[in-house]
Amino acid sequence: MLGSFKAVSKGLESIDERMMRCGVSRRAFLQFCSSLMIAAPFALAITDKLTPEAVADSLGKVIRPPVIWLHFQDCTGCTETLLRPSHPDLGDLILNVISLEYHETLMAGSGKQAERALSEAVERYSGKYVCVIEGSIPTRDRGIYMKLAGRPAMNVLADVAGKAAAIIAIGSCASWGGIPSADPDPTGAVGVADLMPSRAIVNLPGCPPNPYTLLGVVLQFAESGTLPELDDQRRPKFAYDRDIHEHCPRRAHFDAGRFVKQFGDHGHREGWCLYEMGCKGPDTHAGCSTRHFNEIPDVWPIGIGAPCIGCTEKSIAFRKPMFEVVQIHTRATPPDAYAPIVVPQGSVSPIATGLAGLGAGALIGAGWVASRKFSDKPDDDRVPGAEENKPEDGETKAAETTGK
Amino acid sequence: MRLAINRRQLLKGMITAGGAVAGGLATSAVAEEHPAHPVCPPDAVGMLYDNTVCTGCRACMTACSETNDLPAETLCPIDPAISTGLWDVPADLDSKTKNIIKLYREKDGDSFAFVKRQCMHCLDPACVTGCPFGALKKSQWGAVTWNSSLCIGCRYCEVGCPFEVPKFQWDKWNPKIVKCEFCFDQRLTKNQEPACTAVCPTHAVVFGKRNDLLAQARQRIADAPGKYFEDRVYGEHEAGGTQVLYLSSVAFDKIGLPKLGNTSLGHFATKVSSVLYRYLSGPIVIAGMLGAIIRRNWRRHEAEAIEAQKETGLPEQL
Repeated sequence: MLGSFKAVSKGLESIDERMMRCGVSRRAFLQFCSSLMIAAPFALAITDKLTPEAVADSLGKVIRPPVIWLHFQDCTGCTETLLRPSHPDLGDLILNVISLEYHETLMAGSGKQAERALSEAVERYSGKYVCVIEGSIPTRDRGIYMKLAGRPAMNVLADVAGKAAAIIAIGSCASWGGIPSADPDPTGAVGVADLMPSRAIVNLPGCPPNPYTLLGVVLQFAESGTLPELDDQRRPKFAYDRDIHEHCPRRAHFDAGRFVKQFGDHGHREGWCLYEMGCKGPDTHAGCSTRHFNEIPDVWPIGIGAPCIGCTEKSIAFRKPMFEVVQIHTRATPPDAYAPIVVPQGSVSPIATGLAGLGAGALIGAGWVASRKFSDKPDDDRVPGAEENKPEDGETKAAETTGK
Repeated sequence: MRLAINRRQLLKGMITAGGAVAGGLATSAVAEEHPAHPVCPPDAVGMLYDNTVCTGCRACMTACSETNDLPAETLCPIDPAISTGLWDVPADLDSKTKNIIKLYREKDGDSFAFVKRQCMHCLDPACVTGCPFGALKKSQWGAVTWNSSLCIGCRYCEVGCPFEVPKFQWDKWNPKIVKCEFCFDQRLTKNQEPACTAVCPTHAVVFGKRNDLLAQARQRIADAPGKYFEDRVYGEHEAGGTQVLYLSSVAFDKIGLPKLGNTSLGHFATKVSSVLYRYLSGPIVIAGMLGAIIRRNWRRHEAEAIEAQKETGLPEQL
């Protein structure tokens, strides 16, 4: 894979060369490298270094990977997250690190010109480019609900992704269908992996996902030709192995039993736990709680007081009601709820005991009296409660009955 | 009132007498195994818990539940405010909790102390002595383990244990006895220490050979005289000695460790039964009494039968 990149590198330059040519400051590049290290601490070979300088050194030698970015049924939110870092330099820098060959939102051309750019890029880097797909693909009615230059999205995907070296599905829509696939799903929206199950696809679900996750995957592929380790839903483990709840900054409030009961109440203003407001954090795997957005601390849903909607989980986002409380699977114990040494047992009041004793005594007494009544005559075989006779008659009668 | 005996009562009496004789033989045979002060075997393992070091983080409870695959007890019988289904809040050792950190608070004042409760793994356990089918036994390294295939669910162990450790699964159709087994199958046999001691961040509870731990505990007391209650180790002699040892800053009975004699409970139980069954005297006396009663009733019954035959002219129907 690495060789194949070298082969096409005649037309491409390394990241260092590009930075030099565009006049990007060393400081901005080091800042970018630090952010990348935070986004993918240990899982990626490219960021597993001790200092940002070391990352910058190895990153600078990487040939800028050609990227073709396709939009299907999407809101362009994933593109926005890539272009909206807090620092204007960084947005520019991201576009310098990768070689974006085709991107419908960003390119100047349109119409036939744009179409030509796409076909040229596919041809030129055939089998070597990274194909990033944003948005779900409609399948109902032969996919007529979304067309690109008159062709259904399914056909475009088959053409462009079919010749890609690596396919990255960015956002929940491209990962499994996302919002367009929510009930009633009029277009039969599916994700990339649903249409190309046999291809190596990296899913980066999220609404939107953290842009550094995308950069991490793309740059690792450009550097070594490998994809990061994936979980069973094809999500890279370095970004999706953690449970939001386990690392949530508001976890202490959960453990202490301090919950927001209503938006805008005292607890909400104090930054208490949003679990009872339907936060899906306990069931959601993503790095949001440790890697916030826009390089600003606490810029992520829970950080600004909105419950997590579980956007990285296929079974939760756009399927479970947003304010429905989820089941807790993690073990947690609230502080200050220690068991006492002696557990108080329930007690019965003396009056109840006395009444119960009287009742039991009455029953036993009645039984005793009844048994005396029925058995005071030996060999009396009559049915209890039968016709009462005089004692003498009864005895003779009984004797007679036995005699017969 | 006449005292009659029928076939059913007779059979019952015979079985009782026979059982008593067999029980007497069995008990007298194992009586030697329960000395008053059992000696700790050199390979016996144990735990030493020091509540002056424990911070009450409850990592041991979580590790225990995960290792033993126990469900969370989300209902706290004494505090409805935390019984919300969110947290594992057991109030005591129960069928879902093999290990628990409890808190002792002084009624007036700020002083407090934690205590970690789990099976004490006695040198001569009352539960093993009381178990009629040997479902509980002293296994390798002195761990008291439970075998589900031998248990008949009699709960003698629950009644016999002076530390109230074995718990019965009242909520199950096929209930089991739940108690700490030193993570015997999960970890001990794999050459790992129990989950609770492995996870303890402050080494408030440590695992090792009982003899080593005892020496370590004595050293701690010698290093800081007056720091520990009565300058002694709980479990060194209690109930004949236990393999889980305690050092405490407050009185042991305040943190729920009962005042027990130094005699092993197995020894006490077998002493009583050995007197009863010495030379089979108990069974012989009981069988003799039963025989006399049967003989007496039998004669009376025969007399009555003859009388009835005279009156009615028919033979006895029994």
